[in-house]
Amino acid sequence: MEKQRSEYRGTIHQRQKDMMMDWYAALDRAAGGQGPPTVSMMISGNCVELLEGFEAAPIYPEVNALQLAIRHQSLEPILAAEDIGYASDSCAYVKADMGCYIKGLTPTGGKIPTPTLILCNFVGCNTYLKWFEHVAKLTGAPLMVVDVPFMRNDEPSAADIQYVVRQLHEVVQRLEELTGRKFSYDRFQQAVACSARSEELWSQIKHLARSKPAPFDAYFDAITLMGPLYVYRARPEGVAFFEAALQELTAKRDAGQGVYDQEKFRLVIEGPPPYPHFRTFRDMFAKWKACTVASTYSTVGGLFEFGFRHDPERPFESVAMHMIAQNVTNRNYLQRYDQIRKYVEDWHADGVIIHFVKSCRLFSAGQGDMRDYFTRKLGVPTLYIESDLEDPRYFAEAQTRNRIDAYFESLEHAKTTQAMVGV
Amino acid sequence: MDKVLERCTDLVQDIGFAQVRAWKQQHPGRAAVAYFPVYAPVEIIHAAGMLPVCVSGAGDRLDVQYADARFGSFICSIIKTTTELALTGHLDPFDAFLFSSICDSARNLCWVLKRNFPDKYHDFIHLPQNPSSGATAEFLAAEYRRVMAELGGMSGRLIRDDDIAESIALYNRSRELIRELYRVRTHTPHRLAAWESYVLVRAGNFLPVEEHIAILEQALAWLPQRSCKSRDSIRIVVEGSFCEQPPLELIRLIEEAGCYIVEDDFTLGQRWFESDVATNGDPVQALAEAYVAQSVYSSVRHDFRKPRWDGLADKIRDTQADAVLFLIAKFCEPAYFDYVPFKQTVEAMCIPHLLLEFEEKLFTFDRVRTEVETFVESLVFD
Repeated sequence: MEKQRSEYRGTIHQRQKDMMMDWYAALDRAAGGQGPPTVSMMISGNCVELLEGFEAAPIYPEVNALQLAIRHQSLEPILAAEDIGYASDSCAYVKADMGCYIKGLTPTGGKIPTPTLILCNFVGCNTYLKWFEHVAKLTGAPLMVVDVPFMRNDEPSAADIQYVVRQLHEVVQRLEELTGRKFSYDRFQQAVACSARSEELWSQIKHLARSKPAPFDAYFDAITLMGPLYVYRARPEGVAFFEAALQELTAKRDAGQGVYDQEKFRLVIEGPPPYPHFRTFRDMFAKWKACTVASTYSTVGGLFEFGFRHDPERPFESVAMHMIAQNVTNRNYLQRYDQIRKYVEDWHADGVIIHFVKSCRLFSAGQGDMRDYFTRKLGVPTLYIESDLEDPRYFAEAQTRNRIDAYFESLEHAKTTQAMVGV
Repeated sequence: MDKVLERCTDLVQDIGFAQVRAWKQQHPGRAAVAYFPVYAPVEIIHAAGMLPVCVSGAGDRLDVQYADARFGSFICSIIKTTTELALTGHLDPFDAFLFSSICDSARNLCWVLKRNFPDKYHDFIHLPQNPSSGATAEFLAAEYRRVMAELGGMSGRLIRDDDIAESIALYNRSRELIRELYRVRTHTPHRLAAWESYVLVRAGNFLPVEEHIAILEQALAWLPQRSCKSRDSIRIVVEGSFCEQPPLELIRLIEEAGCYIVEDDFTLGQRWFESDVATNGDPVQALAEAYVAQSVYSSVRHDFRKPRWDGLADKIRDTQADAVLFLIAKFCEPAYFDYVPFKQTVEAMCIPHLLLEFEEKLFTFDRVRTEVETFVESLVFD
């Protein structure tokens, strides 16, 4: 079979790279005392809009960690962290980040400042609490938590929303003390309005993948677009980026251009990617001209394709709502099953790939049950594979390739025999 | 007292939950509520007329046949054996299951069980992780009232505040007795072996609190009369076994290898509060405020006003321990993450420490015995 490689290389790809490098440059300036105040946060359910009220910049340790991994630089800091006692099986994002502090490494070679505030937005992932606590212990930076109630029911209660809103006000007060700046409600409201617009555009982009063929890969290419979503969505640059992205991808869709010359399979992928082997992993799907049409990982920073938008008329409440209910990590496991089911049905997928990552129990604990649900209950062809999102040692290339090949062979066989009997 | 200890040991090791089945027969129409470690507001369950039972895996009593297919690699044993208990019908006597925000695996377990057993009531209590906020106790009280409404719906009877206040008083008594039991162990560890204290305390995970109180009172009355000789052992604090429990044999082995376990975090939910929960005023608010302000330090609860490693340092000083044994369940992320700052703290205090990893089902104890003995010898002959 001919070797297929695929990577979306439109103008938005380069543009996002430039934007992310601009962000790192701003952090470098901040480290030198010339840039904005900085607030370290987690990706999931981040409240970047609030930071705009202080003209502060976010630091995302997860982005730093994944940048290290995709550049094949994660093992050295991971080993440095293990040297001081971190367990081999614990989250490698944390270990890579801690190792960077120990070794003085950054993904770009520039400096990353000690945050003005370490703001642990506790959104589902319990590891976040440990991670930020350890960074605070190491750096001496002040630490604050926004405790976000987990989604125990279909919708958050009034008490849940009120609890988060009150904590957000406490964050504002703390940031005023730490930065010496007065919180600008107007800027905050404008940021929330920008987010709403970025989210609308992002949602439209996601829905383009419902077309056959899909004009982009909603896992591998979506990851390209996710950086600006976290860093810039609350700013006019973010809106402009997503407008350009929508325009470019809509043109592809209208021209009937897919990711491959012929789209053979349509997939939903669950779980984060193996960043240290990103290219290799992608090529395993490219070989079969299999395009991802939807993914849960691309909803870590926000679940926007089902209608939620920030609301400038109720900025605090809508930020709270985003943190509680509108990101995949703070939603319960069965809500994730339902999300994937909707993708399979409405994005017309042939199957589901479940990627278990050793580092992330939030994503991965129970994915065997998820497979059981999709295969036995819904009859959806499902493949379960294991590796890691950060640690390059946990990737069995030949075994993973064999399993993926076998999966597509069986899907192809099923399609062929169904065509023969006229199903 | 031997019979009492034997009974408690049987309770701890009975994965058939005969005690729960018997209680249900004696109390027709009343529900048994299983809760997953580490902490649950048992007072609320008790006030609802239900039996709270802490289900923390199957120990070494069950082969995992089905649960591996649900939870895969790198997941701790307690998650798998609890799933196995459910999939093999051992948890049939329970009407409801409560989980809380202790770790990512336990949280997902709640929903996996809910899907597989849709006829049972499953709930997840969001125990807050930001005690610094002025809004936290109020939120938790609202959370408790939400759960009360659900349990009240199950039983068909409203849970009254007076009932909760009475339950709080009972559980205060139970916690007070457990604190006293630990005081005896800390000051005279030769009087009460760690495994004995462990089964006495953990029996409270299965028994009605009234019955457990009677057992603890009986044990405390018996201890001063007990004739026993002091051994030449080092005093250690055991840290890291707050959720998945080590095999009973392992706890015995550690002491036989030359240690006195003068403090530990076994079955920590039974001694969650450092002091009594208030019994005056709004009892639900009192329970919530106690969680925010009176909880013991634990790897599953984060209070940045007082780091957990300071809690461990206090514990070492208070018990005059010679060393710390980190006894951590394989794949337990909360314990393993805490191991790093704990280790740094202990080293700064010049306290020797040893890390031992366990699973519920250890097949051989020889290696562990050798490690502990070597550790003890290195201290004794230092």
